[in-house]
Amino acid sequence: MSPISRRKLITGGVAATAGVAGLATAAGLAQRYGLIPPDHGGVYGAGETLTYAAQRLLTTHAPAREFPRSMISKDPFANETAPPSDAFKKLQGGGFKDWRLSVDGMVAHPASFSLADLRSLPTHSQITEVACEEGWSYIAEWIGTPLAGVLNEVGVLPQARYVVYYSIQPDWWESVDMADALHPHTFLTMGMNGGELPVGFGGPLRLRVPRQLGYKSVKYITRVTVTDSLKHFGKGLGSASPEGGYAWYAGI
Amino acid sequence: MLPAMSAVASPPKSETPRQVGPRHSAVVRVTHWLTVVAFLALLITGGEIVISHPRFYWGEVGNVMTRPLFTIPIASSRDTVPTGYNYVMPDQNGWSRYLHFEAAWVAVLTGLVYLVYGLWTRHFRSNLLPVKGERSWGGYWRAFRGVFARYFRRAPPDAADARSYNVVQRTAYLAVIFVLFPLVIWTGLAMSPAFTAAVPESVILLGGRQSARTIHFFVSGLLLLFLIVHVTMIAMAGFWSRMRAMITGRAEAAPIRGKLEDKS
Repeated sequence: MSPISRRKLITGGVAATAGVAGLATAAGLAQRYGLIPPDHGGVYGAGETLTYAAQRLLTTHAPAREFPRSMISKDPFANETAPPSDAFKKLQGGGFKDWRLSVDGMVAHPASFSLADLRSLPTHSQITEVACEEGWSYIAEWIGTPLAGVLNEVGVLPQARYVVYYSIQPDWWESVDMADALHPHTFLTMGMNGGELPVGFGGPLRLRVPRQLGYKSVKYITRVTVTDSLKHFGKGLGSASPEGGYAWYAGI
Repeated sequence: MLPAMSAVASPPKSETPRQVGPRHSAVVRVTHWLTVVAFLALLITGGEIVISHPRFYWGEVGNVMTRPLFTIPIASSRDTVPTGYNYVMPDQNGWSRYLHFEAAWVAVLTGLVYLVYGLWTRHFRSNLLPVKGERSWGGYWRAFRGVFARYFRRAPPDAADARSYNVVQRTAYLAVIFVLFPLVIWTGLAMSPAFTAAVPESVILLGGRQSARTIHFFVSGLLLLFLIVHVTMIAMAGFWSRMRAMITGRAEAAPIRGKLEDKS
């Protein structure tokens, strides 16, 4: 063996070891700082992880884009949903007086809120855009109370990392990390464009997550669960979206 | 071996020049093919995503309640889109979107490696920047005419063309590398709600989210046009010899020798 090839062999070996060690360290750090999305497996996992990690490193604290009142869409589009469930129709019949939002999981004081309870919390309005993964969008004024305030009421435990939220409609649930859950623009929304939130747009209660695509803004919210891991929710991919083939993180 | 080595040291005028060094460097070859794979994935998945809403708008917002700038006359994969067709295509958006963004990462990271390499080795300046004397309408015309004339005479490509780029090629490649790819990446990022939250100027400068989407579509169209012309020109110049040059790095040897023999 010539000295050059031996040197190459040693250099190559050192480089490979350093590479593997570097990757392992990077993976460990990424896990520790919450840069790995729940749907990181499979052929698209690398791309998803890069996207989510880049967004978490660079845009975590950015406020959502807000628009002047003059830009509110005159004809917003209410995307179609599955026909309302019997449970929804029953509550609708009672004017949503008995609608409850239960908050549980890793919280100090699990609680249940009526719409009146939520309205008694500080309400804000934001003019933000709904952008659908299909390509269309509209701007509306959304009136509600930040999810962060409700989470503050119940006392989130320090090990909490994700917030899972459920629609009254079957198999419709999503989750976001604490960065998006506690973001001041993440709203439990009850009003739209100065009035009540119409049923077509998610009334009586929709979670608006304006820094992510429309499908993260689940309509007809009845339950919020705080957790440190998404492994035991559904198939462990984070939410219903990845189970249906769509990315969990939709801030893209 | 030795004569060739000495030829490198002092490029001779009368001596028989041998081919020294590869036609395309290893970095150019690897980044080229990675870009091919990523671009094809982006093109196919981009088309699939468009099918879910084949309407385009200008400004910040646009949906089925607003008047489109134009529509593509195809059926949609969503029954909420009024297309005039009584048919809804199968929904391919999930995997298309996953793959679109993964391929975008491959394209961007590959592009960064290529960009750093190109600046470091002066690849852009020496191989892609049009030669001084050719930077004129006449230069472009001569390059066009030369390539087509040879093609219609069925003459083998000029030896110089096999080893270097003419001014039209150089301009096209520079436009793709420094105008179209940056623009398609920018307009893509301008559709990301989290990215635009952090950098609102990225979308405001383009005239809004829907404008970004429309520009993204047209720039992709221009890149597809480049791809078609590029592959056509490769086919005209000798498909397999050009493929070999981009895969193994070796340029076609035969025409160079033939031309030199003609001269002697």
